[in-house]
Amino acid sequence: MSDVEVLPELKHIIGALLFVAKQPLTLAAIRRCLQQVADKEGGAARDFARATEPDLAAALEELKVDLLTRKLGFHVAEVAHGFKLENDVNCGPWLRQLLEKGRDNRLTRPALETLAIIAYRQPCTRPEIEAVRGVAVDAIIHNLLELQLIRIAGRSPLPGKPWQYGTTQTFLEHFGLMSLDDLPGIEELRRMEEAQFQRRAQATAITPAAAAEEGPGAPPAEADEELTEELAHAEAEEEDEEEEERRTSQRSRSCPTRTRAPSP
Amino acid sequence: MTRDQPPAGIAPPAPAPPIPAPLTTDDPMPATEYKVQLDVFEGPLDLLLYLIKKEEVDIYDIPIERITTQYVQYLDLMRMLDLNVAGEFIVMAATLMMLKSRLLLPPEERAEIEEEEEDPRWDLVRQLVEYKKFKDAAIFLETLEETRKGIFGREGEHVALEPQPDVALHDVSLFDLLTVFQEALRKIRQEDLKEIFAERFTVADKIEAIVTRLRTEERISFAGLFSHMASRHEIVCTFLAVLELIRLRQVQAIQAQVFGEIMLARVEAG
Repeated sequence: MSDVEVLPELKHIIGALLFVAKQPLTLAAIRRCLQQVADKEGGAARDFARATEPDLAAALEELKVDLLTRKLGFHVAEVAHGFKLENDVNCGPWLRQLLEKGRDNRLTRPALETLAIIAYRQPCTRPEIEAVRGVAVDAIIHNLLELQLIRIAGRSPLPGKPWQYGTTQTFLEHFGLMSLDDLPGIEELRRMEEAQFQRRAQATAITPAAAAEEGPGAPPAEADEELTEELAHAEAEEEDEEEEERRTSQRSRSCPTRTRAPSP
Repeated sequence: MTRDQPPAGIAPPAPAPPIPAPLTTDDPMPATEYKVQLDVFEGPLDLLLYLIKKEEVDIYDIPIERITTQYVQYLDLMRMLDLNVAGEFIVMAATLMMLKSRLLLPPEERAEIEEEEEDPRWDLVRQLVEYKKFKDAAIFLETLEETRKGIFGREGEHVALEPQPDVALHDVSLFDLLTVFQEALRKIRQEDLKEIFAERFTVADKIEAIVTRLRTEERISFAGLFSHMASRHEIVCTFLAVLELIRLRQVQAIQAQVFGEIMLARVEAG
């Protein structure tokens, strides 16, 4: 190794990598880096290539403890599936001043709510979000995309192939989450997603408009005459998806929890 | 921060803070009136959940009549303020009216209309309960965000959250502010004032007044702003001035506890 005079310890290398990296580093990424250097440089660098992920985790842990005990103003944080150096939160006011970031960098409630729906239900489309929030969200989605907190995750197979949105790595970093599983109640809210999907599938299956688009495979399932008539009317106002769904649902859904509330 | 220096990063349609020239008495119509363009990003479900909380009623047994009356009142307030309210608010008003009329029918006749023995309120309840869960999740995210606001990435990078198009309300919802507004309007009606002289109030003047007060006072009571106001017009102008200042991030509204008093404070500028 020509340009290395004193061979550093594994811990030092990891510390340096984290210091320079702009994005959180995974153990796998660190390991890959060590192996690539070993291939290129050979010699003593090969020793590091033998380090397993548990070895790396141990070195990282040591680094973590070192930084904490020395109180250097920054520490190793675990966010977005990886590790990164972060300043101590108590030093925020001075950094804010230095960086001239006077303003609050928090999202507004409507933006947070939209983001929460996307985080729990991803990938999900704009109409799906609007069905939950009950109000248009295009401006908010545009804003969240601009902030790179969400991204376009694909297109839904539904008629019109609407965009589907999902959260980004920046989202995890912004909220300091290691992964989406750190969101509380994610299991429950995902289950709700399934129920919702079933309901929606049911709703589209008995919509003549959707049936026509999907070909002969989806005949009106449980449509009595009255319902078909009503749906035909709904078809006329097709843009209003929500309204349509509400109409269909009044007939076809039953309540999942309580069956009947006491009448006033 | 003075209002002569509009903060950077405001969405283009935002009217710049510089205030129009003072109106002269012979000015027939204040054509240069500061026009406030405020988009409301809260929807009808937000308003309903707010009312349910405020009225302390059971979400599973919503007193439709009472909530509908309140809902329509808030809708009227928003219209009076000329806020850009989503059309969904009107749709929801219609839905509520329909529910109300259905519930007014005697049970025997109701059964004829509904083949299924389902409470007509259920669809709404389901929607509200589902949305409420996401609102709670949003509050969780907000807490995380709050604890991390002093953390900066390498090179001082941070998610750049400047361009937010809506009124940046955090702890206080628009509906909380509207409640105070409604109360202020109610008070003047009660006092039954006599003829009010042709006073002209403008949003611009009110912005000026609030900013001036906040230069010396750290916090001012939001409700207190209206305490000596005798005209509806003045109250409307003051309210819009506060909304505009919040939107421009010059002022923040703080509410220590749910439905507690709302205070206005300067936004700490860096």
